[in-house]
Order: sequence, then C-alpha cells, then structure tokens
Amino acid sequence: MNVAFFANAAYIVAALLFILSLAGLSNHESARSGLRFGIVGMTIALVATIWLTLTNLWAESQAVLGIAILVGAILIGAAIGLWRARVVEMTGMPELIALLHSFVGLAAVLIGWNGALYAEDIAPELVGIHHAEVFIGVFIGAVTFTGSIVAFLKLSARISSKPLMLPGKNGLNIAALVLFVAFTVWYVITPELWLLVAVTALALLLGWHLVASIGGGDMPVVISMLNSYSGWAAAAAGFLLNNDLLIVTGALVGSSGAYLSYIMCRAMNRSFISVITGGFGIEKPTAKGEEEVGEYRETDAQAVAELLSSADTVIITPGYGMAVAQAQYPVAELTSQLRAKGVNVRFGIHPVAGRLPGHMNVLLAEAKVPYDIVLEMDEVNDDFEETSVVLVIGANDTCNPAAAEDPSSPIAGMPVLKVWEADNVVVFKRSMASGYAGVQNPLFFRENAAMLFGDAKQRVEDIIRAL
Amino acid sequence: MQIGVVTEQSGETRVAATPNTVGKIIALGYEVLIEKGAGEASSFPDAEYAAAGATVVDSGKAWGADIVMKVNAPTAAEIKKLSDNATVISLMSPALNPELIESMATRGITALAMDAVPRISRAQSMDVLSSMANIAGYRAVVEAAHEFGRFFTGQVTAAGKVPPAKVLVAGAGVAGLAAIGAASSMGAIVRATDPRPEVADQVKSIGGEYLAVEVAEQMESSDGYAKATSEAYDKRAAEIYSEQAADVDIIITTALIPGRPAPRLITAADVASMKPGSVIVDMAAAQGGNVDGSVAGEKVVTKNGVTILGYTDLAGRLPQQASQLFGTNMLNLLKLVTPEKDGKLSLDFDDVVQRSVTVVRDGEVTWPPPPVQVSATPAASTQAAPEPVAKVAKKMSAGTKGVLISLGILALFAITAFAPAPLPQHFLVLTLAVVVGFYVIGKVHHALHTPLMSVTNAISGIVVVGAIAQLATPSLAVQILAGVAVLLASINIFGGFAVTRRMLKMFSKGAE
Repeated sequence: MNVAFFANAAYIVAALLFILSLAGLSNHESARSGLRFGIVGMTIALVATIWLTLTNLWAESQAVLGIAILVGAILIGAAIGLWRARVVEMTGMPELIALLHSFVGLAAVLIGWNGALYAEDIAPELVGIHHAEVFIGVFIGAVTFTGSIVAFLKLSARISSKPLMLPGKNGLNIAALVLFVAFTVWYVITPELWLLVAVTALALLLGWHLVASIGGGDMPVVISMLNSYSGWAAAAAGFLLNNDLLIVTGALVGSSGAYLSYIMCRAMNRSFISVITGGFGIEKPTAKGEEEVGEYRETDAQAVAELLSSADTVIITPGYGMAVAQAQYPVAELTSQLRAKGVNVRFGIHPVAGRLPGHMNVLLAEAKVPYDIVLEMDEVNDDFEETSVVLVIGANDTCNPAAAEDPSSPIAGMPVLKVWEADNVVVFKRSMASGYAGVQNPLFFRENAAMLFGDAKQRVEDIIRAL
Repeated sequence: MQIGVVTEQSGETRVAATPNTVGKIIALGYEVLIEKGAGEASSFPDAEYAAAGATVVDSGKAWGADIVMKVNAPTAAEIKKLSDNATVISLMSPALNPELIESMATRGITALAMDAVPRISRAQSMDVLSSMANIAGYRAVVEAAHEFGRFFTGQVTAAGKVPPAKVLVAGAGVAGLAAIGAASSMGAIVRATDPRPEVADQVKSIGGEYLAVEVAEQMESSDGYAKATSEAYDKRAAEIYSEQAADVDIIITTALIPGRPAPRLITAADVASMKPGSVIVDMAAAQGGNVDGSVAGEKVVTKNGVTILGYTDLAGRLPQQASQLFGTNMLNLLKLVTPEKDGKLSLDFDDVVQRSVTVVRDGEVTWPPPPVQVSATPAASTQAAPEPVAKVAKKMSAGTKGVLISLGILALFAITAFAPAPLPQHFLVLTLAVVVGFYVIGKVHHALHTPLMSVTNAISGIVVVGAIAQLATPSLAVQILAGVAVLLASINIFGGFAVTRRMLKMFSKGAE
C-alpha cells in the first residue's frame, strides 16, 4: 500500500468536511456542529500530511531537523493561536481576523519561495508553468500579507484610518499589475532569483498601497476582500504543490470572501471597484457639507428613560460607535430591563455596521443579548413605522434618510435603516460631526429626533440608573 | 349638556345608546336622558340605563334635550319636537335626502350624520356603516341558511353523502367579507366577486375564492368605496354572474355605490336558471336592489322555487349586537367632539372627520363636505408620489456582462484545453469548489458572518499541508522558511478554530 494514496483519500474527506463546516454556519443551531466538522477535517488533513511526510523523510539525513522544526513550529503556533483567541476582546475581532489573514498571506509567500528555491523532478514541459505558479502564489500571498497588516494597523488605530492619497493612485495600482505580468513572463523565460525578489517587493508595496488608500468605514469590504485573497493565495499554493485539498479549500475561502464583499458592497450601494479605488470622502469631501443644517433638539438621560418606560416597542440600531465605546454590556443590560417590563425590544443591524461583517452580532452575543431579537435590516425595516422609540447608538450613515430621499446625496440609493419613521428617535453621538461618508445626516434635524451627546457607554448607564 | 336618547319608530329594533355606552357618555361630562322603553327592542331594560347613570324620562323631555341621539334619521314630525339650537346625531343618508337636510336647516339646528364619516383609519372607530354592514353580512348568511333546505357543510353520513352548499357573494366590502366569513365558517364553498382586484387577498384570508373579472381595466378607489364600472367590465361580469347563478345554491349581493341606485347584477334570466330551493339575499334592496325581482323588505318566491330575500333591516335583526356597536360608534364621535371632556359639544371644522359628518351647522347646510382622500396609495395618474430614490451604483450593461462572461468561459476553455497534464484537473477542482463555495456561503446567516470569517481563517491555514511537505526537502534554507510557514499557519488553524468556538458559545437564544 502506498501512503500517498491514503493521504489523497484523507484529503478528499477533509475537503468534504470543510464544505460541511461552512454549510453548518448557515444558522445558529447547526453552527457548532459546523465548527466540529471543520476541526475534524483539519485534524484528518494534518495527520495524513504528517504521516506522509514522515514516511518520505525517515531515511533521509535531514529527518531530525525536519521533525524538530515541525513539532516546534506547530507547538509554538498552537500556543500563540490559542492564547490570542482566548484573550482577544470581541471589539478587537476585526484586528485579529486581519492579522490571521496576513499569516496566510505570508505563509503562501514562503511556500512560493520554497517552490522556487527547491523543486524536484518537474517534467520539462511543466517547468514554465511551475515558474508562473510560483509567481502568482507569491504575488497574491504578498498582497494579502501587507494589505492585511495595514488593515490591522488601521483597525487597531496604530495608524490613521484616513485614506492615503497618493497622486494617480489608480495608475500606480494598474502599473503594478502590468509590471507583475511582465515580470512573470520574464521569469518563465529566464528564471532568475532577483526577479522573484523584485516581484515580492512589488506585491508587498501594492498590498500596502491598496489598503492604505481605503478609509476606515470601508473596512468591512476590505476585510472580506482580504479574506478572499487569503483563499486565493492558498489555492495558488495548491497549484504549485499539486495538491487538490489546498485548491478546494482555497477556492472555498476565496469565494466566501468574495461573496461577503459583494454583500457589503450591495449594502453600501457601491461597486466593488469603487470601494477598492477609494472611499466616499475622497470623491466629494464637502459636497453636501453643512448646507442642510437645521435646529436639533438635545435631550438627557432622564428624559430618554421616561420615554423608554412609556414605550411598548423599542428598536436599537447600533453602529461602530457602540463598539468603540464598549457600550454593548450596558446596552444589553438596558435591553433586559426593558424586556422585563414587557417592552418589545429588538435590534436592527445594518449589513455594514461595524468594521467586520457580522461584527455587531458578535458584540451583542458577547453581552448575552438573545440572538433571536437581533434582526437584519430587511427583517426590521418595515416595522419602524409601528415603533415607539428607536435608539441609534453610534450609527450615522446607516440610518441617514438622505440616502433614501435625496438623489443628489453621495450615498443616495444606499439601503438604510428607516429609523426616522418611528415615533421617536434618540441618537447617541459624541458630537454633531458627520459620519464616515462625510455626509450631513438630516435625521438629526427631524422633529421626532433628539440628540443625546456624550460617550455612548456613559449615557446608556445613566439611562439604566434613571430607569 | 343634556343628551336625549329617543325611542325609534316601530320596525326599528336598535337604539342609539346602550347601558354600557351611557356610562361612558356620562364620563365625558354629559347628562343622559333616556326615553322610557327606548332599549326595549334591543333587550336593554330601562333599569339598566338607570343603573348606568341615565335618567329615564318621557318622550317630550328626551326630544327636548340639547343633543338628540337616534339611529334613523328624524322624520318631519320629529324635527318639530327638537328644541331650538339642538344638535341631532343619527344616520341621515344626506346624499339621498336633500329635503330632510333642508328641513333641518330651516329649524336652525345642527345635524351630524353618522353615515357621513369618511373612510380613513382614524375614523374607523365611528364608521357606523362598516359596523352595521358587518352585522348585516353575517345576518344575511343566517337568513339564507334559514330559508335554504340543506346543510351548508358537506358531510358523509351513514344515510349518504351530502354535498356542501355553494355560496356566491357579490361585492367584497365589509358586508360581503362578513358574509364570506360566516358562510365559509359554516362549511360552504364560498366565491366572491368585486370590481376592486386588491380585495382578492382579503377574500382569500377569510376562506373565500375570488372570481376575478378579467378585463383590461383596473379600478382604483380613492375614497374607500367602489365606483361604477365600465361597459366591457360589466359585460364580462354579467357572464360570470350568469355562469355562477346556474351553479351556486345561495347568492348574497352587497353591491352599493354611494349616492346612486344599486347596480343590477343578477338578471331575471339568472334567477330563472337557479335550482329550485336556492336562496338569494339582496342586501341592496333598499337602494333599488342588485337582483331583478327583489322587493325591499319582503321575501319573494319565484315561479321556479327560488327565494329572494330583500330584507332591509338585516342589522336590526341582531338588535342587541347592532345597538352595542352603533352606540360605541356614537360614543367615539362624541369623544371626538368633546375634546375637553367637559360635557360641551364643540365642532372643529379643521378636522376632516368633524367637517364631514356635519351636514347642517346652526341652520346652515354644510353638505357635501370637501372630498377626503382615503387610499394610502394615490392613483398614479392623479398624483405623482415622490419616487423613492433608487439610484443603483453603476451597473454593467447586459451586453458588457455577456462579453465578459463569454471571455471568461473562453479563457477557461483555452487554459484547460492547452495546459499540460495536471493543470486541467486542478482547474476542474478549482471551478467546482468555487461554485460550491458560493452556494454554501450564500446560505450563511448574516449574524454569523464574523464566525464564518474566523472559520475560513482557520481552514485557510490548510496551507500548512504544503509547508509540512516542504520540510522534507534537503535544503536548510527551505526547511527554515517552511518551518516559519508552518508556525504561521498553525497560529491560524488553532487561533481561528478557538476564537470561532468562543464566539459561537456566546450566541444564545432568548429564554422564552
């Protein structure tokens, strides 16, 4: 019996388990079994690979070192991974995810380099293809790597989340792509190491520039996009190593990220290209600016508490501001107090609320808000009319009536939460500054809206005390 | 102010206030005088009114009150009994009774017509036409069942099989819907017609089948009532009625057009085609009848044994129920015109409801009121609603899309056709996996997108498989690089799965 056959069979099983794993995530009930499928699939794949490698390695001189590195690397990696997973704050999930993407990218780059440095018995007609595969793998991996690093730095506020504005930035991106194609062709003809170094550096710069020129509010799209890239990087490695499991997994992850990007873009009514090539603020920095300023009404915690206790239906629409202020715990507390009083409290989540697809859901789940009252925009949008009070916590563009009513607004046509249809709207905000899109929000000047200024966490706690 | 509740003329079983509503009227600050025996026919004895706080008085005193409440319009003799500056509230059919309005105006009184309440949501609580129509629709079915010699519901008994009765309801307004509901809950097969296609869902929801009249025309109703129909429509509708008449056992017609005689729906030929023993209830008999041969207030049996009921007092045949609903409608109107709850009636002509019901104010005729738009979706031609902004981000034209798709397919074909050995299989695997991926991810719940990303993070750590294989190479540099790759990928695998597990644990369903 050949161990390689066993390994191949194990890979097919693992690929199937990965598909089942993703399918399991389609709803809350089956999500945990989905996770289990994923872990089992990964275990099978790892055991088969290690066994196969050991069998090949046994008689060779480099065996001891190889095994030592293998065991050491896995142990250290596992320790770091488990530690980070345990201590990460749920508000810090976007950063962690971005960082994990960068690891896949870097690993793909290293695998690509290895493929270039040491390749055994390749059929002569495949040499060119092998070289191209090396380049494609390294390129995607490197773009993913630096892109994710920049995303991580922006999300963790280590660098400004403002978009970087280089002159002719789209030209630069296109030039990089053209150069990459040229290098690849060159390398296929005459494989020289400096070309590999050059293409790696090129891709690293491209990844950096690509994400640096996208603003913070577009991060949900960027993260999904990098998720997709990390998948394609794995798939490219699969081509390089002739491994179908890597191709299948990479394609799954790649299409998953692409699909999420698509959902996010649709939620902002923008094309993928326009997100990649720059944020809102750039196109029209002061287009609508301060024109629509009107009178706004300020309220205080006491008044909001009274409003809430006389309400029968309340919808809370959180945004990134809730994550920044770490307000999810007081919000959950407020929810359970109101529910205990018989008030029907629900949450309306805009698809791009937060910095990560599904970010708000995770935060609310962390604070023990039952997931069956946390609804998507489409589920809740028709109910605002019959709602007594809407609390807008740290959200702005996602509930801007201009998107639905003002065709000249930069965000016109973007689907938004129709909070203004409710009887009362209370907006939690730090100041009257405009949101990410740089668009003034006419909601604040509506007659049924009132502003509650200050730190969202503080204010919600005040309301709980006043209740 | 004093409110007098007077006894109706003989034949009317309802009363304008019940002991229940009297208590609430008194709470509005009024004093209630009830004519002796006014509630007798509705089984509300005087003692109960007295217990609710009303004073039982003789006829003259009740008519002399500041406000007089009754069910039917006052007669000429009754108008004389009213005191000067009195207000009278009742049904009046102002469009059909101009001389009544005129005679009230000459007395210098104020008249509020309960049947002139506009059909807007806010005024539903005082819409006496709806509440009476509801009762009448129910009663029409009961009357039909009374005359009909068979079961409504189908049964299979030891003595043989009984087919269910077939009922056709013409007009799916309030009365029609009540009739459909009553008949279908008794087990009959119910069909309904109506010129307004938007009622189809309502008909279905209470157990009826909507028979659409298929002509190239749509009726939009801007005031909540049906309108007269076009010629082509009428022709097709007549065919439907003829077809149905030959088939069904019971027909209940409810078609009314405000301010005009009732449309003739069922012809004499249709009636003649019906089976002996069939029953027709013509709820529009008082307005001229929907059925050829119906007589207002009478039961007629045709030569071929079809019973046509033209009763005009269907609501009154459930007097207690009808009085209760009528009284509540009256009470709600009083609430509206007594905003201070101080027992003083004050009319506010800026309010469309109050404006509409007032047909005479202090001797001045105020009928007809300005039209009130009711329908939530105004007819497209009459009013250009501000279109919701639906600017979609630049969409590729179908042509460009087609070209791109064909290019993609061509490229895939070229690659797989010309690439050497292992590549085509890899591409097959890749494309299949992408397709599977899209389908699987498309079903993922929105709330689980973050866990989805962390799981995909973990499984994209599968590149470790490649890195491990490279560890076996006899080159130190490669081994070290591969080791770093294994390390990174392991962080992903373990970190990704662990953090997903942590997140999924947090998602909990509500306690209930």
